[in-house]
Amino acid sequence: MMEAMALDADDRRLIVATQGGLPLAPRPYHVLAAQLGLAAEEVMARLQRLLDTGVIRRIGAVPNHYALGYSANGMSVWDVPDARIDALGEAVGRLPFVTHCYHRPRALPLWPYNLFAMVHGKSRDEVEAEVGQIAALLGAECRAHDVLYSSRILKKTGLRIGG
Amino acid sequence: MDELDRRIINALQGGFPICDEPYREVAEQLGIAAHELIERLGRMLGEKTLTRFGPMFQVERMGGAFVLAALAVPEADYERVAAAVNAQPEVAHNYRREHALNMWFVLATETPEGIPAAIDKIERATGLAAYAFPKLKEYFVEMKLAA
Repeated sequence: MMEAMALDADDRRLIVATQGGLPLAPRPYHVLAAQLGLAAEEVMARLQRLLDTGVIRRIGAVPNHYALGYSANGMSVWDVPDARIDALGEAVGRLPFVTHCYHRPRALPLWPYNLFAMVHGKSRDEVEAEVGQIAALLGAECRAHDVLYSSRILKKTGLRIGG
Repeated sequence: MDELDRRIINALQGGFPICDEPYREVAEQLGIAAHELIERLGRMLGEKTLTRFGPMFQVERMGGAFVLAALAVPEADYERVAAAVNAQPEVAHNYRREHALNMWFVLATETPEGIPAAIDKIERATGLAAYAFPKLKEYFVEMKLAA
């Protein structure tokens, strides 16, 4: 479990004010400052601290994969030995087409897989080729694998915390 | 989407600056005016080429928790279950995937205790057993898809 940072009431107000997005104005941090009744310098200092402590991963744009032509996305899942998973997970995570890579628990007997790697491609053939590269990298360490394609987005709102 | 839109998306997948006029700073690197960058971002958000623009929060660092979970939903009951799952505010995303476990969703809660409570609510609302797949270790998380 990751260590939590202490957030005060103004940090929380800043998170609530920005979780929908950053203002599209020449001085966005000044806009937030005016909304929150804080100085712009304080808003910027707090955001920088949230970034430095990892509460904010990054500030940036999240593209819609489908709009960029990455219409195929596969959750590739792998059964690898627990004793080797960290080295294998790091190697898989370094592949350029892998956007998320995690060690997760198995749920036997239904689910034997412990390494999850999300793979994106412009076609299902491209995803299959990428999955083939992961299989080649894991070699005999992989005992079984599967690819779960997403066929429908049922909901996508992202994180929302209360005000 | 034109070439400049692609350059903007690629430039903004990294870190957006924290300074008085951050759009101007990024626009200068792209060789365009700040107002053009702002207009294009607004358009791409409106067209849903971008799903969002702003800070990406790491919920665990705020004391909260994220968990991936899945259900094996009978096909005939799929729409009812999807509506019941989506109605829970803790469900941040939900995808249909082709497998016996055919509904995969991410729960985001403000405290770790919120996760079992949310799973319990979903099991009661759907009448199905939910499988939770909490992350034990993160090896890589980054959007790095070229536009």
